[in-house]
Amino acid sequence: MAKSIVATGHFTGCFGCHMSLLDIDERILELVELVEFDKSPINDKKEFDRPVDIGIIEGGVSNEENVEVLRAFRANCRILVAIGACALTGGVPAMRNTVPLRECLEEAFVTGPTVVDGMIPNDPELPILLERVHPCRDLVKIDYEIPGCPPSADALWEALSALLEGREPVLSYEQLKYD
Amino acid sequence: MVQEQEALIERIVHDLGPDGTHVMDVARAVSKRFGYIPNSAIPTIARHLQLSPVEVRDMITFYGHLSTDPLGTTVVRLCNAVVENMMGAGEVAAAFERETGIRFGETTSDGEISLRYTACMGLSDQAPSALINDVPFTGIHPELVQEIVRGIRAGLNLTTLPGSGVRHNLKKPGEIIFRRSMEHGAAIDKLLGVSREEALEEIKRSGMRGAGGAGFPAGKKWELCKNASGDKHYVICNADEGEPGTFKDRVLLAYNAHQVFEGMTIAAYVVGATEGIVYLRDEYDYLRGHLERVLEERREKGVLGDTIRSYQKFSFDIRIEVGAGSYVVGEESALIESLEGKRAAPRERPPFPVQRGYLSQPTIVSNVETFTSAAAVIERGAEWFRSFGTDKSPGTKLLSVSGDVQQPGVYEIEYGTTIRTVLHLVGARNAQAVQIGGASGRCLSSGGFERRIAFEDVPTGGSFIVFGPGRDVLEYMRQFIEFFAEESCGWCTPCRVGTTLLSRFMDRLVAGEATRGDLDRAIEMCDTIRNASRCGLGITAPNPLLTSLESMPELYERRLSAESYAPQFDLGAELRAGAAAANRPAPQGM
Repeated sequence: MAKSIVATGHFTGCFGCHMSLLDIDERILELVELVEFDKSPINDKKEFDRPVDIGIIEGGVSNEENVEVLRAFRANCRILVAIGACALTGGVPAMRNTVPLRECLEEAFVTGPTVVDGMIPNDPELPILLERVHPCRDLVKIDYEIPGCPPSADALWEALSALLEGREPVLSYEQLKYD
Repeated sequence: MVQEQEALIERIVHDLGPDGTHVMDVARAVSKRFGYIPNSAIPTIARHLQLSPVEVRDMITFYGHLSTDPLGTTVVRLCNAVVENMMGAGEVAAAFERETGIRFGETTSDGEISLRYTACMGLSDQAPSALINDVPFTGIHPELVQEIVRGIRAGLNLTTLPGSGVRHNLKKPGEIIFRRSMEHGAAIDKLLGVSREEALEEIKRSGMRGAGGAGFPAGKKWELCKNASGDKHYVICNADEGEPGTFKDRVLLAYNAHQVFEGMTIAAYVVGATEGIVYLRDEYDYLRGHLERVLEERREKGVLGDTIRSYQKFSFDIRIEVGAGSYVVGEESALIESLEGKRAAPRERPPFPVQRGYLSQPTIVSNVETFTSAAAVIERGAEWFRSFGTDKSPGTKLLSVSGDVQQPGVYEIEYGTTIRTVLHLVGARNAQAVQIGGASGRCLSSGGFERRIAFEDVPTGGSFIVFGPGRDVLEYMRQFIEFFAEESCGWCTPCRVGTTLLSRFMDRLVAGEATRGDLDRAIEMCDTIRNASRCGLGITAPNPLLTSLESMPELYERRLSAESYAPQFDLGAELRAGAAAANRPAPQGM
């Protein structure tokens, strides 16, 4: 059987969901038997150059680069799975949504108590920030959403193995319980 | 002004005692005198009541009718609840804006008039309605607005202006609640020589259930309270009917307050309470004078006060406390919090109020109508009471009927009456749908009109809103959901966030932008809100969506977008602020 091709992506978040994926421990040996990794921060492959079966994305959408990469994921992945609180709701980064963007930037880079000779960063290399941080589903269709901050390794393993086997993922109560 | 504040606060606290539970009375008095609560008054109130300023601010900012922002001398609070909107509140609002030259939410530059919206204030039978300062105005139409605004500007007494006043629209009295005015003490006299246990037994045998909508057996509640240990027991009458479309307690308190107080007195006798409180919603403040007079009359007749009917062991008195505009106060534990001078956030349960309620003592909180029925049960007996209604829902129910009907008003019907019979009675031809039990109740279409008003079929707190043919029912469901998002106390995340997300979904649905996936997700969200919220507000908040979807799925089918996915994102608009802040051009064509 041909291996499924999997890509992973990271937008605005803490990388904790990728860390949780690595928490599958020795099951990663099983996984490499089943999948081939394409574009991912883990292997540092930058661009899509072939169709991907499953895309796994972490983080909310907070700047123009996030928008571009998320759209590329949707265009290149047959199944797109958003994982973790930031991808699903905006998460912690979305806390800035209650404050106007310019105010946030001014406090961080100009008027903050530890800032000396500050300015709002304007290097053309930097992606421009969006006014608000968005969950991924605001921009593109998401096929599956796995909640958690981060989702546990068991939850990710169940979701991924179900999709690889062509069945619907079912997360147990324990896999969705966080306290 | 600061000295005047200080003097006023000092005087009130001197009268009431330096007790934190009186913070609402103090706040209301300051608000009444100055039109708002100046920030400078908050530390003073706190000092006098031995609270921290943040506790006072927390309380004040919770209630819709208390404001720390300066308001005009005259505040027009126009009701924009569903029935009001059906009856033309939108045109009335436009007329007010035209006549005053300001928008709702603003105050005229001369500080004369503020325009505010408010939730249902119990006048849906004579909508559109408004409270102007404390004076209710009803049946307002755009042509009347000019005269009203001129009158306000001329400084005329508000009660002399056209449209002021309330009609007490009792359309159909029944056998139990509005049969006739009960003789003062007629039920209390039956208690003489009857033990507390025997009186309780009579209530239990009557099978009477709470009339607020949940239908908890009254006898059971009284028994739990009676058996709970505490230094004192309390009887509280919940006259905070805030469910959109309900106004029966307004009519009941206006016409038959004696019987309400009689019922409270009987409950006090059974549970061993000496103190009773009527929590009156701020919107009914105009009834307070009348209620105080009735209480005084009862004291004079010896059926209230120190020695009731010369019954040495039994004393009971009732005081009236007035709220400040909050829907969630209708929930019993939130009501108790409010009486204790706090923001009205529902409590964790257990313990239930019957075990630990007001000031941590065993407390009965019951609906106005429940007390009225209780008095009838004791006067005429459980057997007589059970001859009305159904086996599981004995007695009668007051319905507040409004919307597209010929005869809006209050109807006392027997439990077990079909919706079709009610529709016939009130003159509603070709009704498209009926909203029963208010925003938290259910929406039924003609397929459900044979169903019965009863706890075993369609329970209700009494609101009965009729949508005639041609009404856009989903638009009104959208407004109900928006109302919940507005009134959520904010304590539980599923309710605070969930109701807002549902509200946004309903906006998109009505605009024809929601996809089937959005609907599926909204239904899932309903499940989360219902299962994970602490109190009835969250548990019932999804009802407008779920019940209308069940009874009229075709309305949803017609409204859903044909797209399988619709982004909710405008990149150009999203980049504008960031590009401007960094002084960079916004990228084009992405």
